[in-house]
Amino acid sequence: MDESKRSFLKRIAGLLAASGVMGAAPRRGVAAEPPDVPPWMKAPGAGMREYGMPATYEAKVTRTLIRSQPGTTGSGASRTPLEALDGMITPAGLHFERHHSGVPDIDPAQHRLLLHGLVQRPLIFTVDALLRYPMVSRVHFLECSGNSQLLYQPAPPALTAGQTHGLVSCSEWTGVPLRLLLEEAGVDRAAGWILAEGADAAAMSRSIPMAKALDDAIVALFQNGERLRPENGYPVRLFLPGWEGNMSVKWLRRLKVVAAPVMTKDETSRYTDLQAGGTSLMFTYPMEVKSVITRPSHGMTLSGAGPYEITGIAWSGRGTIRRVEVSVDGGRAWMEAGLAAPVLPRALTRFRLPWRWDGRAAVLKSRATDDTGAVQPERAAFIAEHGHNAIFHFHAIQAWGVAASGEVKHVYA
Amino acid sequence: MSTRDLARALMALVLTGCASAPAGQGTGTPNLGREATPAQIAGWDISVGPDGVGLPPGRGTAVVGAAVYQQKCQACHGARGAGQPNDRLVGGQGTLASATPVRTIGSYWPYATTVFDYVRRAMPYTQPQSLTADETYAVTAYLLHLNGIIGEQDEMNAQTLPKAVMPNQKNFIMMYPPRGGRP
Repeated sequence: MDESKRSFLKRIAGLLAASGVMGAAPRRGVAAEPPDVPPWMKAPGAGMREYGMPATYEAKVTRTLIRSQPGTTGSGASRTPLEALDGMITPAGLHFERHHSGVPDIDPAQHRLLLHGLVQRPLIFTVDALLRYPMVSRVHFLECSGNSQLLYQPAPPALTAGQTHGLVSCSEWTGVPLRLLLEEAGVDRAAGWILAEGADAAAMSRSIPMAKALDDAIVALFQNGERLRPENGYPVRLFLPGWEGNMSVKWLRRLKVVAAPVMTKDETSRYTDLQAGGTSLMFTYPMEVKSVITRPSHGMTLSGAGPYEITGIAWSGRGTIRRVEVSVDGGRAWMEAGLAAPVLPRALTRFRLPWRWDGRAAVLKSRATDDTGAVQPERAAFIAEHGHNAIFHFHAIQAWGVAASGEVKHVYA
Repeated sequence: MSTRDLARALMALVLTGCASAPAGQGTGTPNLGREATPAQIAGWDISVGPDGVGLPPGRGTAVVGAAVYQQKCQACHGARGAGQPNDRLVGGQGTLASATPVRTIGSYWPYATTVFDYVRRAMPYTQPQSLTADETYAVTAYLLHLNGIIGEQDEMNAQTLPKAVMPNQKNFIMMYPPRGGRP
């Protein structure tokens, strides 16, 4: 091999290492190998910062932006880099985004929440007033129902776990139970639904069943301990545990108690599920049981036979994950993975399974079961039932093919 | 007892509970909301239901709407709603069961009132909530007319718009409340 080709390969290897492939060889020339003492031990380090940031070496761990339609900057989505994260909590700065007309810059002192409609007393709340209410904190995933929609396509998209499945994130959400505000307003007997509306330029709105509002809906003000990020609904958002993300209306400014659904654009022309025969499913609210292996996954390369950990996330909008099974032979044999505590209802659940790779081609799959007994379906069966035309609520099994070379690629198997 | 009956019974129970402890009096709840006046509510209440509740006074026809559309909508949605660079709004009827479904107002949207509601709250993209009620009725009429749902001279107003029948409405299956357990 001539020198130029060798240096080219070295550069590619360096790029791959920087992009986070598995088992990349330690870089040469770094003086942290004993007996050398590294330079950062020979001089005092940096001072404090008012707001911390990730290590500069992790600057590549970012959301994947989905390009907006022409002339609609801010209308679109960004996806969580699931393959680069571990544990069950998503950092707020990497929580996925879906906006319908950009992120509004809302002054909390000027923001108001109006609660009206079929109530005895219509009420206006300031943000300061809401901050005085008794609050609850809950760890829950939020998933856009459009997550994994590319897997409806006939060919497997050559994309990372985050790029296909990264419209799911998990946070601790803190806020006021919506039930409390409804009780103060006094809900009429004719009430069955609540229209929730955001203060963005799309005035994004959805109809919420009253039963859900009274059950576990939160008027959220905090995410992972800090006030909501602007892109996640600052200063106040609705949060509906386990239900399709679009209903957890961000920048919440109006709740109108009504008798029947308002049939907004985002519950009729969008977020409905066109089936193979031409009918469409409407009001498909709970996010179904689902899982994905985040490591190893598409774009990574295993560095030879030997021990690895297979890990990923599982979740169900209907309850708690009971079991995650992992297959390394495309679904013929299944092994039970360990679930990392705490395993919480409607939260991401981390699963792990030690694996000794024999160096031969393998197909990795994970299959989740929740406490209602629902089992994540195989993709072929899911597509046979729903067809290729739906955009939302894809929750079938994801497969990663491992080649003898160690390369991991998205496959349908 | 069906799931729906059960949900209703639970709801009645909950509402009875609310009624016995009205308006935060002596309940220990913070009760920090300020009562909203009808004028305040009217300023914000822009939602329109499929029964037409919430539609403002005003009127418009496709003839008038064509001019509004050309001025305020066409740059993004193409001539006569043909789409490009953004969403196509017209046509696509008969494609929903095919391998390449085209979802438009005419082929997919189940309620005509949604067109008014959405245009009023979110369009034009760069100037939402800038159209008058008459302009909104007119643009709605134009889009319904281009899709063959109403005539060019048909006036859309608070009474007529909810009566416009959308061809795909019958093809939606409501999955909530869940019937007989899991949907």
